[in-house]
Amino acid sequence: MPEKKQSIRGVFINGIFNENPIFRLVLGVCPTLAATTSATNGLGMGLAATFVLLGSNIVISLLRNFIPDKVRIPAFIVVISTFVTIVQMLIQAFVPALYEALGLFIPLIVVNCIILARAEAFAARNPVFHAAADGLGMGMGFTAGLILIGSVRELLGNGTIFGTAVFGASFEPMLLAVMAPGGFIFFGLILGIINAIVNRIGSRKGVQA
Amino acid sequence: MEFTLTNFLLFMVNCVLANNFIFSRYLGACPFLGVSSKVETAAGMGIAVTFVMGIASLVTYIIYHYLLVPLQLNYLITISFILVIAALVQFVEMFMKKGMPALYNALGIYLPLITTNCAVLGVTILNINDGHNLLWSVLNGVFGALGFLLAIVLMAGARERLESSNIPKAFKGFPISLIIAGLMSVAFLGFAGLGNI
Amino acid sequence: MSLRLSTGPHLLHKESTRTLMLDVIIALVPTTAAGIYLFGSKAAWVLAVAVASAVLCEYLFQKLTRRPVRVLDLSAVVTGLILGLNLPAEAPLWLPAIGSAVAVILVKELFGGIGHNFMNPALLARGILLASWPARMSVYFMPIRVLGATSAVPAGPDAVSSATALIRPQGYEVYDLLMGNIPGTIGEVCKIAILIGFLYMLFVGTIKWHIPVIFVGTVALFTWLIGGDPLKAVLSGGLLFGAVFMATDYVTNPMLRIGQVIFAIGCGLLVAVIRMNGAFPEGVTYAILIMNILTPLIDRLTSRRVYGTVKQHA
Repeated sequence: MPEKKQSIRGVFINGIFNENPIFRLVLGVCPTLAATTSATNGLGMGLAATFVLLGSNIVISLLRNFIPDKVRIPAFIVVISTFVTIVQMLIQAFVPALYEALGLFIPLIVVNCIILARAEAFAARNPVFHAAADGLGMGMGFTAGLILIGSVRELLGNGTIFGTAVFGASFEPMLLAVMAPGGFIFFGLILGIINAIVNRIGSRKGVQA
Repeated sequence: MEFTLTNFLLFMVNCVLANNFIFSRYLGACPFLGVSSKVETAAGMGIAVTFVMGIASLVTYIIYHYLLVPLQLNYLITISFILVIAALVQFVEMFMKKGMPALYNALGIYLPLITTNCAVLGVTILNINDGHNLLWSVLNGVFGALGFLLAIVLMAGARERLESSNIPKAFKGFPISLIIAGLMSVAFLGFAGLGNI
Repeated sequence: MSLRLSTGPHLLHKESTRTLMLDVIIALVPTTAAGIYLFGSKAAWVLAVAVASAVLCEYLFQKLTRRPVRVLDLSAVVTGLILGLNLPAEAPLWLPAIGSAVAVILVKELFGGIGHNFMNPALLARGILLASWPARMSVYFMPIRVLGATSAVPAGPDAVSSATALIRPQGYEVYDLLMGNIPGTIGEVCKIAILIGFLYMLFVGTIKWHIPVIFVGTVALFTWLIGGDPLKAVLSGGLLFGAVFMATDYVTNPMLRIGQVIFAIGCGLLVAVIRMNGAFPEGVTYAILIMNILTPLIDRLTSRRVYGTVKQHA
C-alpha cells in the first residue's frame, strides 16, 4: 500500500489537492450540485460531511481488525449512518436555517460516495491517525470545492458571496446560476477549467523532467 | 391526496418531467454520470433502479409506519432505510443472477452502486417527509425512477452521438457530461407547471 | 493522419457549410429588415451586438484552444443573427452579448464546433436567457412603426405590452398578425417576412418542407381540436420563426425523413401542451429543445427500422 509510506501530513494534503474528492476523484456529485447554491450552504455541507468522514474513518480504522470481511459494507454503512444521524440532529438544533436549506441532502450524506469510498479504500487498511488525517483532508478538500463552486454560483446568481453584496445595485443576477441547470453547467465549467490548469502544470513539469 | 385518474396523470408528469429526479432535484447524479456511455446499459440501469425504488418505497413505508413510529424510534429512519435498501439490492442481485443472467452480465457490476444511489434513499425519505400514503409512496418511487430512466437514456443518447466529437481535452469525461446534463436541464424547464396538482 | 468518424450530418466541408449558411442569411434578410423597420434602431443594435459577439467568441475560443479558425464558414453569424431575432428590441445590449457567448462557446464549440452540437445553440441560449432574466426576456414590446396601410393597433415607443400576442391572439386581426403589428421579439412578429425566407430556402433547397409544415400543422390541428382558432394560433408567438429557422437546423434534428416527421409532430404537440398548461406563455423554444435531446434516440429507433436490423434488447 503506497498510503502506508506517506506521512500523516502527506495524507492530509493529498485529500485537499492531488485527490480532491470533487475535482480530482469526482465523487459526491449530488451534494455538490445541491449544496452549492450559495457559499454558506457549501460551507455547511462541507463541514457536515467532514465531521462524518472524520468520525467514520476513525471508528472504522479502530474496528478494522474486528469486522468480518463479508459484512464489512453493511458494517461501514451502520457506522456512517450513525454519524450522519448525529450531525443531522446537531444541525437541526443549532443551525436551523442550514437545516432548511440543505433539507433532504443532510440524511443523504450517508450515500455520499466519498465517505464509503474512503472507508473501504483507506480507513479499513490504515492505522487510526492516518485514517483521521485522510478523513480530515478529504473533508477539507470537499469543503473547499463546495465553497469555490458555491461562491461562483452565488456571485452570478445573487450578486453576493457569503451573503455580502459584491456588485453594485445595477447588477442583474443570472438566476439560472442558482437554479438546477446552473448547478450542472457551472460545476462542469469549473471542473473543465481546473483540468485545463492541472494539465498545463503537468505538461510543464513533464518538459522539465 | 385522492386517487383519481387526473391526479395520477398529473403526478406522473410532475415526477417524470416537471420535477425530474436528475434534472431538477439532483438525485442520482453519480450513476447518471457513471453508467451513461451506452444506451443499452443506461436503460438496464434505469430499469433496475425502477425496480429497486418501487420495492424500497413499499418496504420502507411499512417499516416506518408499523415499526419505527410505534416504537418511537423515528430518529433511526436513516440507518434503517439504508440497511433495508442495501439488503434489497442484494436480493435483486441474487434474483437477477438466477432469473435474468443476460441482464446480470450487463449490469452485475453496477448493481451494488444502486445502494449508494441517493435517489433510492432520497425517495424513501421524501415519501415520509411529504406524508404520502402507501399507494402514492410506491407511485412516487416508480415514477421518480422512470424520470431517472428517461434522463439516463437521453444522456446516453447524447454521449453516444458525441463519441467522435473533438471535445477539448480538459472537458472530456465528467465536465462535458455535466454540461450536457445542464443543457438538457434547461430544456426540461419547459415542462415547468405542467404537472401541478 | 487520423480517420475521423462523424455521426452528424456530413456538412463539415468548409465550402459547403459556407454556401449553406449564406443561403440561411439571405433567407433571414426579410425578417431582419422587417424587424429593424418595425422596432427601429434599437433592434438594429441588438442584432449587431448579437452577431458581433457570436463571431468574436468563436474566433477567440478557436484561437485559445489552438484549433483552426473557422469563423469564415459564417455559422457564427447565423447563430448570432437568429439569437438576436429571438430577443425583444428593448433588451439591454449585454443580453445579446452574453446570449451569443453562451450559444457559441457553451453549446457549440465545447462540443467540438459546428456539426457536433446536440442542441440548437441560438435556442438554448434563448432558454438560458429566459430562465436567467425573465423580467427582461418575457416582456414584449409593441413595434414603434406600423407595417402596411391599416391598423387599429396603437403604435409608438410608449405602447409597451407586458404580454405576448399569444395570450390574447383574438385581440389582433389576422392582417396585423401577418404584418407584424403586434408585440413580440424582433424576428418573430412579421410572418410575411418569415414566409418569404421559408420559400427562398425551399427554392434553393436549403431545407425541405416537412419539418416546418408538419410542426405548424400539428399545432393548428391540436388547437382546432380543443376549440381554438388554428389560424391565429399559428400566426401568434414565435411558432413560425421557430418552425422555419430553428427546428430545421440539420445538426440537431433526425437524419432520416421518418425521424424528422416524428420530430416535427413532437414539437407541435409540445408547443400546444406548453401553451395550454405550462408555466410559460410560449412553448416554441422549449418544445424544439426537448425534441433536440430526443433526436439521438429517434435516430437509433428509425435507422434500425429502415435497415431492418432489428436488435433485441435484454
